[in-house]
Amino acid sequence: MIRPKEGILDPQGKAVERALPALGFEGVEHVRVGRMVELEAEDPERLAELCEKLLANPLIEDYEIQTL
Amino acid sequence: MIWGVVQFPGSCDERDALHACTLASGEARLVWHEERDLDGIDAIVIPGGFSYGDYLRAGAIARFSPALEAVAEFAAAGGPVLGICNGFQVLCEAGLLPGALLLNEHLRFVCRQVDLLATPLDALSTPGGAQSNERRDLESLSIPAKHGEGRYYAPEEVLDALEANGQVAYRYAPGQNPNGSARDIAGVRSEAGNVLGLMPHPEHAVDPLTGSTDGLRVFEAVAAAGARA
Repeated sequence: MIRPKEGILDPQGKAVERALPALGFEGVEHVRVGRMVELEAEDPERLAELCEKLLANPLIEDYEIQTL
Repeated sequence: MIWGVVQFPGSCDERDALHACTLASGEARLVWHEERDLDGIDAIVIPGGFSYGDYLRAGAIARFSPALEAVAEFAAAGGPVLGICNGFQVLCEAGLLPGALLLNEHLRFVCRQVDLLATPLDALSTPGGAQSNERRDLESLSIPAKHGEGRYYAPEEVLDALEANGQVAYRYAPGQNPNGSARDIAGVRSEAGNVLGLMPHPEHAVDPLTGSTDGLRVFEAVAAAGARA
């Protein structure tokens, strides 16, 4: 899971948030739009490095790794 | 003077960049993204477009290309590098310039002529250039901007340092910030001064036919920096 860091304006999240009341979904706040990358890795130990170097830009994005 | 214009799959402004380079000074040739050999090249341009489809993030894949590895070595040795639009995004992703370019604040693609205020580019690679900039009048350029992800971002302390070091090369004129960029920043240069990136497109403003030739001044200044290097 990769998403914009806290404190960085996320215009996609804002646009989704503004659209929700029109569809009858009230009371939804702090929408942030990120992306999910699915992959199969032989060496899960290296996933953090992979995120830092390519999948996320650590200056602007946070990431979370879930292993299944 | 020989310019190299890097061409990635998905680049789309490389022909205009070649034309602008030759109008500014000397000859120019394309450098294919798989090339590593920059021998004989005096200055590099990374043009606009959508390198590798801009998949993942704009510029994220391009930074790992063989040509970009060679450009990083070229820049480390003091060679002048100009990144325009997607080229600016690539240079930021590669860590050759500070900061990042985010989705425009209003989520709309911007395509319009903008006025930029430039710190004089002859300060590029000039020791003490930052201080001398403060005392000179700002130069104004009218050139087009066209991008969807041009909102310049860097942490506050980095922005402070960029301003203190004279690394803010271009700002949008007051009231013309088209994308929500921090402190109206349109372009920055590296600490050493030889790497320069900006979102608007100087290569599209080199002929009176299209309304402005101000873009040439950007190329001429990079050429001057190359001549000194």
